[in-house]
Amino acid sequence: MNLTISNLAIGQKAIIKDFDINNIPLKLLEMGCLPGNMVEVIQIAPFGDPLYLNINDSHVAIRLETASIIEVEISKENQL
Amino acid sequence: MKVGNINIALIGNPNVGKTSVFNQLTGLNQQVGNYPGITVEKKQGVCKLSSNLKATILDLPGTYSLNASSLDENVVIELLLNKNDKDFPDVAIVVTEVENLKRNLLLFTQIKDLEIPTILVINMSDRMSYKGISLDIPYLENQLKTKIALVSSRKGEGIDNLKNLIINYKNITTEPCLNASSIDVAYFNNLRRAFPNQSLYKLWLVITQDVNFANLNRNELPNPSFAKSKEDLKRLQQKETIKRYQFINDVLKVGQKIDLASAKDLRSKLDRILMHKVFGYVIFFLILMLIFQSIFDWSSLPMDFIDSSFVSLSSWTESQLTAGVLTNLIVQGIIPGLGGIAIFIPQIAFLFLFISILEESGYMSRVVFLMDKSMRKFGLSGKSVVPLISGTACAIPAIMATRNIENWKERLITILVTPFTTCSARLPVYSIIISLVIPNTRLFGLFNLQGLTLMMLYLLGFGMAFFSAWLLNKILKIQSKSYFVVEMPNYKLPMFKNVVINVIEKTKSFVFGAGKMILALSVILWFLASYGPGENFRNAREIVSKQNPATEHLENEIASYKLENSYIGIIGKSIEPAITPLGYDWKIGIAIVTSFAAREVFVGTLATIYSIEETGDQEATIKNKLSTEINPITGDKLFNLASGVSLLLFYAFAMQCMSTLAVTKKETNSWKWPAIQLVFMSGFAYTVALIAYQILK
Repeated sequence: MNLTISNLAIGQKAIIKDFDINNIPLKLLEMGCLPGNMVEVIQIAPFGDPLYLNINDSHVAIRLETASIIEVEISKENQL
Repeated sequence: MKVGNINIALIGNPNVGKTSVFNQLTGLNQQVGNYPGITVEKKQGVCKLSSNLKATILDLPGTYSLNASSLDENVVIELLLNKNDKDFPDVAIVVTEVENLKRNLLLFTQIKDLEIPTILVINMSDRMSYKGISLDIPYLENQLKTKIALVSSRKGEGIDNLKNLIINYKNITTEPCLNASSIDVAYFNNLRRAFPNQSLYKLWLVITQDVNFANLNRNELPNPSFAKSKEDLKRLQQKETIKRYQFINDVLKVGQKIDLASAKDLRSKLDRILMHKVFGYVIFFLILMLIFQSIFDWSSLPMDFIDSSFVSLSSWTESQLTAGVLTNLIVQGIIPGLGGIAIFIPQIAFLFLFISILEESGYMSRVVFLMDKSMRKFGLSGKSVVPLISGTACAIPAIMATRNIENWKERLITILVTPFTTCSARLPVYSIIISLVIPNTRLFGLFNLQGLTLMMLYLLGFGMAFFSAWLLNKILKIQSKSYFVVEMPNYKLPMFKNVVINVIEKTKSFVFGAGKMILALSVILWFLASYGPGENFRNAREIVSKQNPATEHLENEIASYKLENSYIGIIGKSIEPAITPLGYDWKIGIAIVTSFAAREVFVGTLATIYSIEETGDQEATIKNKLSTEINPITGDKLFNLASGVSLLLFYAFAMQCMSTLAVTKKETNSWKWPAIQLVFMSGFAYTVALIAYQILK
């Protein structure tokens, strides 16, 4: 299974790889949620949803449902 | 000397301080209206640039891009694409914020491609050193082909420089920053051939958006090959967005330096406390308590003052004018009607004060984040918290506050259930009935039973809102994607000027908007209660004096006899069979009928009906009168525990507010939903009141 934003732990950084364009609100793309950009999970709300993210220096909250269709790659910076 | 005028459009992402810049430029020199046909707010102001030039500034709704996904954003595109619009800007000012420059520039590059002279404002420059950010302004101006004004709207710095740039707007090149055709070369080459004289990016926007623009209707595109499937268009929009970000990233790599040493800041510290899984909810609860406290406690003093002022105004006017029909209309219809509007000003102002502080500070987004999961169980969104809280003052602004809920089903459910929350108009009804039927004793020597009842009614309102939301969520078969994107802005100390202007504007539009309705209805009510058909009404005096020649209260008796035979009395009598099982008589029936205009007229209607002289403490005298009323059928007191509880429940659930129905119609664009609200809520109220009375009697 592919790794998505919903699999990330708090504080973990990753690079956005791919997503199904038809299920992503355009507003999120405009906030910088695009392949190649960095994403970090800042906080997860009580009960595990929604997620508070830093995407390409934009601070946004999205629901788990949306987060689970955005595929990511763990960034090298974080593995070091 | 003739003063020249130029049109300016102020554009920007939400949360960049666009309104602060607007306030700095125009001061109180602004007016708020609506765009024709829709409920999007239109803010316009005037700014004096020099002795012979002034600017009309239009503060457009905040938008993340020119790809419209909401009504508010549509307004922006429609204006910018229509050269014939009277507000079409000579200059566009794009407001950005120094900390979110990357994202903010996306919109800037789109505006720039429309070939309108564009000035870039980088706001919150006072935070640059604190954040370790430095900008190479000449480089950025060169790359972005614009003039840049560094502004701190909080400190009022850079505004004069901005004004100078506006005066010299003709020096700004209208050359676009990005070559639109690189999105899809073949497609755009075809477009260029078909429309040689149009800007490519404008054509692109017209094709992708649902807007028409001067002489080019998207449905009349000559070649069907320009039409693309929705999916293809979205793919191209994504491609456009990526292209723009590539360009912006390249520019900022050179033009912006950030010293990462100051990474951990106030934001993450505050976030950790305010969104903590325990403290987060505790703090939110405390803030709610504070809001309720202010709405119901602190505003009682000014409300009493307004109330008594209108009573004295009424009697003063009566003493100044000669007696007659016109005087009666003014004294009994118009002035009490105006008082009914004015009395809500303190509560509305307090509510907007708090909401505006919570929004300005950035806290509201955190509440939305905290509450989303729990609210979704009821088919609501985290964003429904704001309307439900506002609903305790008035459902009208609350329903308008649902606009930022992206998911249509969640938004619709929020609109439909908001009127269940106990609005301020129910308060006078509750307090008089509670004081009549609930004993003023303490429970366990601690809780005042009357106060406890009032609190129960508030909880009942919220409970019913959530219950019906849950029910609607099960019933409504609307498929809409669970989109939910909330920007989490930086925490900011609310700016006094912004908060004050916002409170004044919102209060004003409540008073004039809802006020017109209440005023009109109170005049109609007065008419219906003061006139009647037939002999009985006209000869009231003779008939009453013949029946009770010796009564001391002849004038009162005549008045109530007249009322019984007035138009409204006839209406009341005709609905009596329907309300007798609930424990009401025809007089309460009239009060209920008039309450469909607005609940707060209940007490006033009863006051008129029981023909009490309006002297001294109005509620106390009504109370005495009501407590001695006898139900003609049962022979018991009319207001006893059974009928009282029945009335309380009826008012808690019934849809009795025409303005709310009108707003629901406006926001849902259909009569279906207000009709459902009216039938469901009132039907439910009737059933519950009936059951309560039959059990308790």
